[in-house]
Amino acid sequence: MTETTLSPAPSSAETPAAPAKGKSLYALDKLTQKRNASETRFKAYGITAILIGLFFLVVLAVSIISEGTPAFTRTVVEVEFAVSQEQFDDAEKQLFKTRAYENLFISGLKQQLDESGVTVPFDEAAIERLLGKPGNTIRSFFRENPDQIGQPVGFELAASSRVDGYMNGRVTRDNIVDSRFLMKSDLDIADALVEAGIIKTAFNWNFITGADSGVDNPGGAGIGASAVGSFFMMLVVLFLSLPIGVAASIYLEEFAPQNRITDMIEVNISNLAAVPSIVFGILGLAVFIQFMHLPQSAPLVGGLVLTLMTLPTIIISTRASLKAVPPSIRDAALGIGASKMQAIFHHVLPLAMPGILTGTIIGLAQALGETAPLLLIGMVGFVARGYPDGLIAGFTEPNSAMPAQIYTWAARADYAFYEKAWGGIIVLLVFLLSMNILAIILRRRFERRW
Amino acid sequence: MVRKPLPMNEMPNTVEKVTDMTETKIAARKVQVYYGDTHAIQDVDIDIQAKAVTAFIGPSGCGKSTFLRTLNRMNDTIDVCRVEGDIKIDGEDIYDPKVDPVQLRAKVGMVFQKPNPFPKSIYDNVAYGPRIHGLASKKAELDEIVASSLQKAGLWNEVKDRLDGPGTGLSGGQQQRLCIARAIAVSPEVILMDEPCSALDPIATAKVEELIDELRENYTIVIVTHSMQQAARVSQQTAFFHLGILVELGATQDIFTNPQDKRTQDYITGRFG
Amino acid sequence: MPLFWLILIVLAVATVGYVLGRSRALASAGGERRKLHSLPSYYGANVAMKAAVPAFLLMIVWLLAQPFYIDNSISGMIPDSAISEGSSRGLVMAEVRRAARGLDNAVAMGEITDDFARNARADFNDITARLKEAGQIVTSEITQPVMRAAQRFRILDATASLIMAIAVLLVAVIGALWGLRETKADFWARNTVEGGVKALLIGAASIAILTTIGIVLSLVFNTIEFFRLYPAIDFFTGLTWSPSFSGRGGSSELGIIPLLWGTFYISIVALAVAVPVGLFAAIYLSEYAGPRVRAVAKPLLEVLAGIPTIVYGLFALLTVGPLLLSVFGDEGIGIMQAGTAVMTAGLVMGIMLIPFVSSLSDDIINAVPQAMRDGSYGLGATKSETVKQVILPAALPGIVGAILLAASRAIGETMIVVLGAGAAARLSLNPFEAMTTVTAKIVSQLTGDADFASPEALVAFALGMTLFVVTLGLNIVALYIVRKYREQYD
Repeated sequence: MTETTLSPAPSSAETPAAPAKGKSLYALDKLTQKRNASETRFKAYGITAILIGLFFLVVLAVSIISEGTPAFTRTVVEVEFAVSQEQFDDAEKQLFKTRAYENLFISGLKQQLDESGVTVPFDEAAIERLLGKPGNTIRSFFRENPDQIGQPVGFELAASSRVDGYMNGRVTRDNIVDSRFLMKSDLDIADALVEAGIIKTAFNWNFITGADSGVDNPGGAGIGASAVGSFFMMLVVLFLSLPIGVAASIYLEEFAPQNRITDMIEVNISNLAAVPSIVFGILGLAVFIQFMHLPQSAPLVGGLVLTLMTLPTIIISTRASLKAVPPSIRDAALGIGASKMQAIFHHVLPLAMPGILTGTIIGLAQALGETAPLLLIGMVGFVARGYPDGLIAGFTEPNSAMPAQIYTWAARADYAFYEKAWGGIIVLLVFLLSMNILAIILRRRFERRW
Repeated sequence: MVRKPLPMNEMPNTVEKVTDMTETKIAARKVQVYYGDTHAIQDVDIDIQAKAVTAFIGPSGCGKSTFLRTLNRMNDTIDVCRVEGDIKIDGEDIYDPKVDPVQLRAKVGMVFQKPNPFPKSIYDNVAYGPRIHGLASKKAELDEIVASSLQKAGLWNEVKDRLDGPGTGLSGGQQQRLCIARAIAVSPEVILMDEPCSALDPIATAKVEELIDELRENYTIVIVTHSMQQAARVSQQTAFFHLGILVELGATQDIFTNPQDKRTQDYITGRFG
Repeated sequence: MPLFWLILIVLAVATVGYVLGRSRALASAGGERRKLHSLPSYYGANVAMKAAVPAFLLMIVWLLAQPFYIDNSISGMIPDSAISEGSSRGLVMAEVRRAARGLDNAVAMGEITDDFARNARADFNDITARLKEAGQIVTSEITQPVMRAAQRFRILDATASLIMAIAVLLVAVIGALWGLRETKADFWARNTVEGGVKALLIGAASIAILTTIGIVLSLVFNTIEFFRLYPAIDFFTGLTWSPSFSGRGGSSELGIIPLLWGTFYISIVALAVAVPVGLFAAIYLSEYAGPRVRAVAKPLLEVLAGIPTIVYGLFALLTVGPLLLSVFGDEGIGIMQAGTAVMTAGLVMGIMLIPFVSSLSDDIINAVPQAMRDGSYGLGATKSETVKQVILPAALPGIVGAILLAASRAIGETMIVVLGAGAAARLSLNPFEAMTTVTAKIVSQLTGDADFASPEALVAFALGMTLFVVTLGLNIVALYIVRKYREQYD
């Protein structure tokens, strides 16, 4: 608007606003056509926006699934051969014991190749490039199971990560560079072994149950140990944030007087909900580790940090569920002489419980996927070297968490770890998905409309 | 309260009696409105006179507002609503696929129950319609439209010094007259009013009623009202709706002094509703 | 775990108190429950509460205060000469604590006897080697002053813990007795217990404030410490970011400007993606889409918001980066050197923010009353005209608030930039170059092996402080705008 006052209005008889009759409704005038065109355009923008969003979702899903599934398979070499008692005694007497077993293995392999009629020349070095050092595994097997000596035993040995890559297309004949890890000529051997049915693809249980491996062994890396770390952290988060969150919400929703302290708490909560997660990591580092000297990299500390982070989410959703319980319920309880506390704990809280649990599960899911603060308190991936021994150790011994483990893999130089990172994401998303589905079921099942 | 709908031919001659005298602006035949599975309006036949005020009366939920909203296809904006039958304005079927509801609504304006000025200045509120319909090519023309619309709505003297002020800053009665000015500004031929005074105090109501009476000269007005007194005061023709059907239509005086149908009589004597 | 046992014992005292309190109340009413003011269980709860709450409070305060007291008394034992060049008292103290913990563990594992741990001299008994053997990682040779301090530390720590255990148990028992004495038929037990519960609720609610205080204190103290080692002026105005990894201080240049620029640039790219897409998606969903489309598209879009940021980080590093590189890299247009770049991180962050913007805007658009729409349609406006000229202007404050919240999210986002934006701090206008952000540098400065007292590590707290202040400012403004907006239509 530009002008405040207008010239004195002309008399109403000659104004253009007087109804002019006669324009037919059937005839679309030019302007209306133009307006409709712009309407169509505008609508198209909206559809495009939705499609862009969905397109990204699809791309994300496709890349996760296509890149991540190879992590769940591994390439194994299956060889069956027998070791006689003399061979065993003989090998144990030698200076290089594992070398002796390796020779036994190679002769077994040769035999199996001959049987299937495939011929390919190979030497010990090639076998080591393909399989690592099989002799050790075989030796320890027979030392632990002496009763198996003399009988044919099937060994399933993990192929090296390069061979694994060759099998699932990460390594090709075009991009391979001869190195101590794998030579071009080895691929011929691998092809021959595939033909003979000796190299196979198997489900990689180790990826799900195992711990992080060193930087030079991507094949052996598993997410199991860090999943245990995540689990202990979630325990801490659940058992702290649910009671604290519910208590805080009850106070704010039912008891808090309208004053400046209450206002301050409310403003604080909504601000904390928007504070970057990394700041919570700094808080954890400074307060829990520097100041309170709690153990570094411990799931306990991670859980504390994530509790503080998820509390605002849980408080906000809990308050919404409490608010949804109609005041008539409170009045009814108070009317028969219950105290306010009794009215809330006996009537309001149970009615609000499904909503509270839904909010808590969603808060936990958020916490489960959080990475940045964990890195600051030392829960990086390479810490997850094994399962904790015992319940208390689960909370206090250094461990990692799934997202931090994924980050560590993604930050390693070896391409083979990327596949593990994607695979780790699939595992993480499966957990998140099940939590969200649980939340949806809870909501569907118990939601009550007043 | 369940009664069989009265077939039209049993309604004695009222329609003819009225239409004999003046030109018909809107003619509706066999109009049905469905909300999802609910049959909200059944078999409504009505003729609305040009340059006169027609009042729709009836108990709450009788379908009078719903029917009003079919006249400028405002029901199009509700997903579950379906309209069947024939509604013609100046002989043109407004539900014809060739008709753009946008153009239709420029011809058939609407004023709502609660005053709903846009959160803009008074000037922009009135200028909004002319702007989107391209009624003014120059600023001066637009100023003129705004000024004359406000004058016609009887609001000019109260707001001429604060056209820049927010429309929401006016009193309830002023807001409603602003909405009427907004509707007039697009030069409609018909103005639909959906209980325009229900949110206003008696003094503001009197002003709006006065305004409706003045507007009758130039516009065809259809007003839905809860108040029988209001219908009696402002309208020339009155239609009584009950349970989704049009029970009786006639000259306002006849309806209030000599209703033909028992239900109409019960309603205006206050036995139900 | 003596602490664990202590907690159990206090809980046991409380339980016994509960049972006694309950039966005593019944007895005082001569077995007639009607004569009691409250239900018997409230009398029990009153006793239990008085036993457990003060005891636990004392325990928490003690546990927080004990390290201070011990640190202070030990710190005096270490002569200035024992603090080597470039080191600080804090570092030596950390070493003392590590040594003490190492001794504890070694004793627990049976590698050394307790007596040995108390009296051994570092220079005679080769304690470092033995601790290393016991699997207690000790970074450097333990010197005699450190060893003595560590031994003293162990003694003080053990004594203090013992005194605490006694004090806590005493408080618990006294509390229980006090509660029992109160237990009479006309005692208002319910009101007392409810008062206690209410105090508990208030305590829970004030954790939000404590968290904020914790954040502020941990940032402020460390930031001040940083500014003592590195001039604040250089930090805020420096155009170069190049921390040295070798020595302590001296050669590092820690200017925040390149980091702020990277943060700002990436956030702008992200918002340029998220705001138009999110806003149009919200408009389409709330004004055009039928209920069925809405029921499908809205949750699907919100899935994008539920995906952890590490996934987006990986997506940026391994999918989007290489994709952009193949188009803009040397084989394509030739303006992109590597997959990690402002564009990569910004684009992916934009995708992450789409549902954030769209669901906030959706709420805000839906808060515009239907009467506004009716008014506009009644005048013959098309939907797009209604949206552009009535709904959006009415919803504008709310949408601005939503965008500010999204901006604050973008600024504080970490994993996407750590993996997708690169590590080089650079002042450049080319969005296809690698840059880095405040958050990414906080991670890299605090996850390395740098020790906490060096400016290279402390700078992370100054960065965190800056980040906190900026996002807090944005959040407060945004929440204020949104709240005002909602009040307008409530």
